[in-house]
Parts: sequence; structure tokens; C-alpha cells
Amino acid sequence: MTFLRAHRTIATVIAFVLVYIIVKVLNLSGILNAYIIQLIVLAGINIVMTVSLGMVNGFTGQFSIGHAGFMAVGAYTSAMITTVWLHTSTANPWVAYPVFIAAILAGGLLAAAAGYLVGAPSLRLKGDYLAIVTLSANELIRTVIRVTEGLGGPRGLGGIPKLTTLEVVFVFAIVSVVLMRNYLFSSYGRSMKAVRDSEIAAESMAINTTRQKVFVFVFSAFFAGVSGGVFAHLLQFIHPDNFSFVKSLEYLIYLYVGGSTSISGAMVGPAIFTLLPELMRGLQSWRLVIYPLILILVMIFRTEGVMGLKEFGFILIPQRQRKEVSA
Amino acid sequence: MGQFLQQLINGIQIGSIYALIALGYTMVYGIVRLINFAHADIFMVGAYVGFFLAPVMAKVFGGAFIPTIVAAMLITGLLGFVMEKLAYRPLRYKSRLSALITALGVSLFLENFCSLPFVFGPQFRKFPDLIVTRQIAIPGNLGLIISNVLLLDVGVSVVLMVLLFWFVNKTLIGKQMRAVAFDKPTASLMGINIDVVISTAFIVGPALAGAGGILYGTTYGMLASPFLGIWPGLKAFIAAVLGGIGNIPGAVLGAYIMGISEAFATSVNSNLGYGIAFAILIGILLIRPSGLLGKFMPEKV
Amino acid sequence: MRRLFVIILVCALIAGVGVGCKKAEVKPTEQVVNLGGIYPMTGGSATFGTSSMQGTVMAVEEFNAAGGAMLDGVTTTINYINEDDAGSPEVGASAAQKLINQDKVIGIIGAVMSKVTLAVAPICQSAGVPEISPTSTNEKVTLVGDYIFRACFIDPFQGKVMANYAWNTLKVKTAACLFDNGNDYPKGLAENFRASFESLGGKVVAYEAFTDEDKTVDFKAQLTKIKAAKPEFLYLSGYYGSTALILKQARGMGLNVPAGGGDGWDSPELVKIGGAAVEGGVFSNHFSKDDLSPKVQAFVAAYTAKFGAAPDALAALAYDAAGLFLDAFKTAGSIKGSNIRDAMKNTTFSGIGGAYKFDENRNPIKAAVILQIKNGQQTFLTTVNP
Repeated sequence: MTFLRAHRTIATVIAFVLVYIIVKVLNLSGILNAYIIQLIVLAGINIVMTVSLGMVNGFTGQFSIGHAGFMAVGAYTSAMITTVWLHTSTANPWVAYPVFIAAILAGGLLAAAAGYLVGAPSLRLKGDYLAIVTLSANELIRTVIRVTEGLGGPRGLGGIPKLTTLEVVFVFAIVSVVLMRNYLFSSYGRSMKAVRDSEIAAESMAINTTRQKVFVFVFSAFFAGVSGGVFAHLLQFIHPDNFSFVKSLEYLIYLYVGGSTSISGAMVGPAIFTLLPELMRGLQSWRLVIYPLILILVMIFRTEGVMGLKEFGFILIPQRQRKEVSA
Repeated sequence: MGQFLQQLINGIQIGSIYALIALGYTMVYGIVRLINFAHADIFMVGAYVGFFLAPVMAKVFGGAFIPTIVAAMLITGLLGFVMEKLAYRPLRYKSRLSALITALGVSLFLENFCSLPFVFGPQFRKFPDLIVTRQIAIPGNLGLIISNVLLLDVGVSVVLMVLLFWFVNKTLIGKQMRAVAFDKPTASLMGINIDVVISTAFIVGPALAGAGGILYGTTYGMLASPFLGIWPGLKAFIAAVLGGIGNIPGAVLGAYIMGISEAFATSVNSNLGYGIAFAILIGILLIRPSGLLGKFMPEKV
Repeated sequence: MRRLFVIILVCALIAGVGVGCKKAEVKPTEQVVNLGGIYPMTGGSATFGTSSMQGTVMAVEEFNAAGGAMLDGVTTTINYINEDDAGSPEVGASAAQKLINQDKVIGIIGAVMSKVTLAVAPICQSAGVPEISPTSTNEKVTLVGDYIFRACFIDPFQGKVMANYAWNTLKVKTAACLFDNGNDYPKGLAENFRASFESLGGKVVAYEAFTDEDKTVDFKAQLTKIKAAKPEFLYLSGYYGSTALILKQARGMGLNVPAGGGDGWDSPELVKIGGAAVEGGVFSNHFSKDDLSPKVQAFVAAYTAKFGAAPDALAALAYDAAGLFLDAFKTAGSIKGSNIRDAMKNTTFSGIGGAYKFDENRNPIKAAVILQIKNGQQTFLTTVNP
């Protein structure tokens, strides 16, 4: 046990692998069917989306409410690559998967570029204005997609190969969260928190707040784009309506209920909300009545969300590691 | 030329309805610095109130239009008051972000709650005919024909706007509202009851939106679903920003500019009409964030 | 402690969800299999969804009452599961996933709107689950793959029907179109109308679009442009909600020319919302309840008795689509998708829409009817054969 304690990172990795194996076994034995697996996959995607949103909204204290727009950019870019330009099919996995990975990375990069275009001029505006700009950017992106026949226009883009599997999402979610977490806990990340807490004080400490804010925004847009790519290859059909600001609102709900100021909060929120509907099947039409109510109640009575500032152990590992080593 | 004028008229008609909604956004923002995302849904409630109450009003009062619009304004005003009291007041001294998120939550909640079958229901509703529609040919050889509904829309809007200006500029409570919008802490030190002022804003703004809802129902004759407020609301909001959020004449100006641009953009290409609102918004925020008539407020430490 | 609690909560959710979805045990001499339906129960085409579901339910009940099908000596009846697509391709796609993966349906009847069917079809095709759409008329639907069928005529035919009517019967030389370019059905239909009308020698003087029927209520900008082009006929290829609004606004602007459209007009809401503005309008459709054949009249009587209102084309087509599928299922004697599909391809089913025979793209060869709104009622004008 002391070995595991001292090497928490390895322990965590083993734990995750075990979870994966358990889920896979349950799936193959028929206890968890394909629909449930799809829910888990969706939860994974939502987690990455929410954590990336949390980087901007929670850690930098900005108010971006159009995150689904970047997801759209990533989704369409990757779908165009695999479907229209390269005609990838699931038939040959050795070719398909590298193309898939390249496609979603391309989607992420383009989304990051979009993030730059939106963020660079707007992040100097006050909070409320940024909200309006991001909302409009979301809708503008959708409008551009709608008018472009080559992207399927208002009728959507279909026939996307189903390359997103449980394995893919597992790896993708873990890698993404680790990358974001490392950034947030680095000195750059700490300067972001300074920006959040008091922008003016941060500036007087020689932190170039605008540059920081733009960087975080772009970084988060990248992950939104990659999530979009993974999402597209799950649903096999994407449509501008999948990425409307109502979708952005859903991510906001997941984030703020889970806890916007912690990574764990950004993970817990989507996990609960993606899996909850399945238990409430008979109440489907009440889903969107109850969700906002939960949000309102959380905002009034527990503004910091379920997790507040607390993090799960595995998020904090390397820091504890460092502390124990030096002690 | 005829077509140009006709489009201009179309734009003015839509703009009148946007103005009524935009005024509510701008008033609330001016006083509590909150973008009340649920405002668009108050507009929607106003329209549905018209749908449900118009037959009753017709029986009781004979004529349906005026009693219905008054009833809608009273009900939406009350709704605004309750909304503020329950959802926004607890957050008044917490971060603005929380209030904004809550506003989003209230909006989603209203839309979906009203979609439940026992509330308003998700199906199409034919809005009752509150007035007899007639075509009016404009003299001259331009071949312009307008409907008397257009005159109603513009007329009612203008009357309400004039009433609002009088209220804000000539009454005591109006003066108090302007004071709170200008400097809240000092206003309270001067003995102004902040709670009353804020509640007033949350009654008057929503009441105007409710009137807008009735006009919307009368103009288009159909209520598609409880989500009908989203798009007009968004455009009205952009109009308020265009004019300078917090600035009442600005909201009106912005609304008419928005309506007219939309009419002309749509006549070129319907997708353009759809995106013009956002293009305007981004343009304004990049060039002059405080809006056409707004003042730039530097942030003090 | 909190962390542990949250982790346990999430795991419990996953486990609960998984366990809660186990299927019930079945008896060996009788079995029930699931049949899925995807229809717009909410949204702008909700009346279509209700009619279609009712038609399907009637067909399923009659099938079960007649003893169902015999599969290897086991009497098999159908459990029908209805899902709402809310008129949205995304919701429809997810409904299809659920029906196929969770409910293990042997087939899907649906959807109504072409744009939804186009999203559902690839999922059914790749899963090997036969799908038959009662009313999706856009030609691309069946081109998705050989598991996809439809029970109605397609838009190239429908557009031609109205173009011929306008040119030959109404004798108009110019026409204008206004359609939702965010939707394959109205867009495709308008294109087909234009192509046919112009090939007859007519001229489409205005071809305007609006974006997204769900969000557009104001058509005055487009109508102003159309009015200036002075068309003699207005072709509105969309659904009943937007059509009613467009006609109201058109008449309000003094645009009083005859108007026509397609099967999207088929709803009582058209007259309810449009009122006098839609009077005189003509539209192509699949079915008229005034058809005097005994089979149709029997269906009309039974449907009216069961649901309290006369059936519209959607109910009739859904009834036929389901009937055709169930007949193929019985013939195939198997729940295997490929077997049912093959039986469907070679069907000789005769429904209320007449005898069904599929062409090489799994489109049936059928006639259309033209109906007119007279005194607020749909009245039968004529039948047009392909």
C-alpha cells in the first residue's frame, strides 16, 4: 500500500484502467447495452466540454456563453475531413483511426482559431458584453454553417463514420482533463486565478491580463473543438441545431451546478446531468423544466456548486506528491 | 421605389414590437446591471395571456383589444415583480455572474414549464382576432398596401413609449429610478428606497413586454410554441445594446434600426436576414461598445 | 468524504441505469417483438405526428387481433413503441438509436418529415433494421440504402402534379415560390415544381426563401419582393403553419393570386390559422377521405369511430406503411432484418392507397389527388396518375 501511496499517479492510472475493464466486461456480457455505453460516451464528451468551459468561466472569471459554437467548428471540420474529403469508413481501422485523430485535432485547431477571432477583440470588454459577444459568435458560426451548402447547410451533414467508441472517449477524456488540469495548476493557471479575483490588481502585478485571457479562451476553444469532433463521430449526423446557444446553456448548467471553480465540479456536473435523464425516462418532458430549477436553486442556495472549491484526490496528486517528497 | 418604401414600412412594424421588448431589457439593465434573459419569455407569456383571456374579455367588455392588452400588461408586470423577488433579489449582493446564470435558468424554466400540456402546451395556437383586419391602400401610384394592424402596432407602441418617457422623466419614482441607475449607493444614501425602485423597474419593463406580446399575437395571428420569445427577444436585446444598454431612447432607436435592417437584409437573402442581427451586434461592440447613445463608463478601483 | 460520496453516486447511477434496463422474461409459445415508430409528436408538425401514430396503432392492433405472425411455431405479436422526434433531425436520430439499441425493434415506421427521415435512415441502414417512411417525399430518402422504404410518392412527381395543374387547368403563365430553405422537403418540392413548370413553358418570376420555419413568422419582406414580380400563382411548398401565415400576410398586402402547395398543407390547422386567406388554395395529397372505394370508406369509418375524427392522409399512409411492413414480416416469418427487407421489396400488399409495388429505389408507384379548400373544408378535385 505504501508503494501505491507514494506513487499515486500510477495508482490512479491503474484505477482508471480497472474502471474501463469493468465497464467493458459489463457491456460485453449484455448488462450494459449499446445505448447505455452511448450515454457514458456522451458523458465523457460533456465532461471535456464542461471542463474546458470551466477554464474560462470558472478559473478566469469571464462569462462565455457560446461555447457550443466552437464545438460546432470542430465537429464540422472533422466531419468534413473524414466524410467528404477522405471518405473514411470504419472498414479499415488501421487507416481510419489515424485519420480520425488527425481530423479531430484539425477540428480543435480550427476551433482554437475561431476562439482567437472571437476572443482577441472582445476580451477587453466588460463581463456582460463578453456574454453577448460569445452568444452572437455562437449564432454567427451557426449561420455560416447554415448558408454553406458544402457543409450540408440547414439540412445537416450525415453519413459520418462511427469512429467514436468507449475506448476513444476514455483516452480522449483523460488526456484532455490532464492537459487542462496541468495548465490550471501551473504558474500560468495561477495568474488566471489572479485575473479572476481582481483584474486590476493582477494588472498592477505585471500580468498581461488580456493576453492571459485570450490564451485561456483559445485553449478552451481547442478542447471544445476536439470534443465536437468526437461528438460528430458518435452521432453520425450533425446539424446546426445541435450547437445552438441552448446547447451552450446546457453546458453552463452542468458547470455551475457542479461547481465552476473546480475541475472536479466541472466533471461532476455533466456526469450527473447526462446520466440523470435515463433514470427519469417517464419524465422526459419535465427534463428541461427541472434542470433550470436545479440551476436556480443551486445558484441561490449554494452558489459555489456541488463541489465548491474542493477537488477530487486524483486531480491534486502531483502536488501532494511534491509535498511529500520534499517533507 | 415602391418596394423600398414597403420594406421600410415592414421594418417599422417589426421595430415597434422590438422596441417594447428592448425597453424592458434596457430599464432593468440600467438599474441592476443585469441582462434579464427571461425578459423574452415574459413577452411570450403576454402573448399567451392574450390567447387565453381574449375570449373572456370579449364577453365581459364587448370589445376585446384594450381589456386584453391591459390584462396582459398587469399579469406580466406581476410576473416580473415575482421573478425579481424570488430569483434575483437573493443574489443582489452576490456576484453578477450568479445573477446572469440564474436569469438563464429562469428563462429556460419558463419556456419549458409553459410547454407542458397543462400550462400553455407545445402546440400551435391561433391567436384570437382582436380587431377586424382591413387592407388600406396608400394613395399615390406606388401601389402600397398596408394592413390596419400595422397602424395598430406602431400606434400602440408609440403611445406606450410616450407614457414611459413621461413616467421616467416627470414623476418622482421615475426620477428615483434615474438616480439609482446613475449611482446606486449614493441614491440609497439620499433616502431612496432601492427595493421599491428595483421592483418598479421589474414591473414596468415586463408590462411593456406583455403589451408587445399582444401586438405580436395580433400581427401574426399564431403562437407557434412557448419558445416564440427567444428570437424576438434576442433581436430586441441586440437593439438595446445597439442603442446603448441602459439608455431608454437608445433602446427605441436601436429597435427601429434593427427592424428596418432586418427587412432589407431579408429581401436580399433570407439567410442574411437571419444573421444581420448578430453582424450588427458584433460591429457595435467592436466599434463602439457603449452603443449609439450610451456613455462610456470607466471602471473605478 | 464528499469525494467518495460523489464517486459512489456516479457509479450507482451507471449501475442503476444498466440494471434497470434488463428485459423481462418471455414465455416460449408466445412472444412479443417491438416495432418502433418515430413521429413528430411535438413541434410545428404535431398534428402530423398524432395522425401518423394513430394510423400505425390501428394497423398494429388489427395485425395482433388477426393472430399476429407465426415464427417457427411461436405466435408473435407486436408491441408498438412510439418515439417523438419533435420535428428535429437530432432528436429523431437519437430516438432511432434508442429504439434500435435499447428496444431492439424489428423495424421502424417513420419519420414524417424528410429532414428527420434523412437523419434516421443512415442509422437504420447501418444497423440492418428496415425502415419505412409513410410520408417523406424527398427523393434522397430511399437512396440512403436498401433497408429504407417509403409508402408515398416522391417530390419530383408531386411538383409535377401541381405544375401541370397550374399550367393546364388554371392556365397561369407565371408563378412565384416561397419556401423554407432549411428543410429538404419544401426546398426539394419547390425545385421540382419550378423545373416542371418551366419545362411546360411557364416562368417562375420570383423564387424566395425563408430560413427555418420554426423561427420565422414575418414573411413580409419576401412577399413584398414577390408582389413586385407580379406572379399569377403562388406555390408554397411548406407545412401548414407557415403556409397559413404566409397566405394571411400575402392577402394583407393585396397579393390575391391563387395559391397551391403540397401534402404539407394537409391539416385542419391550416384553415384554423389561415382562415379566409387559405380559401381556394389547392394542394397535392396522397389520399382523400371522399374516395368512394369500399376499402377507404371502411378505414375512414373505423378510424373515426376509434379516434373521434376523420383520418387525414398521414393517418392513411401510416396505416398502409405499418400494414405493409407487418405483412412483409408475416411473409418473412423471421425477425431478421434482411429477411423482412427482402419480403418488403417483393411485396404485393394492397392497402387503402391501392396496390403497392416498389420500383428499384423502393419508392411505390402511386397516384396523387388534388384537393381544394372550399368553405373551410378539404374538397376532392381530381386524381392524377403517374
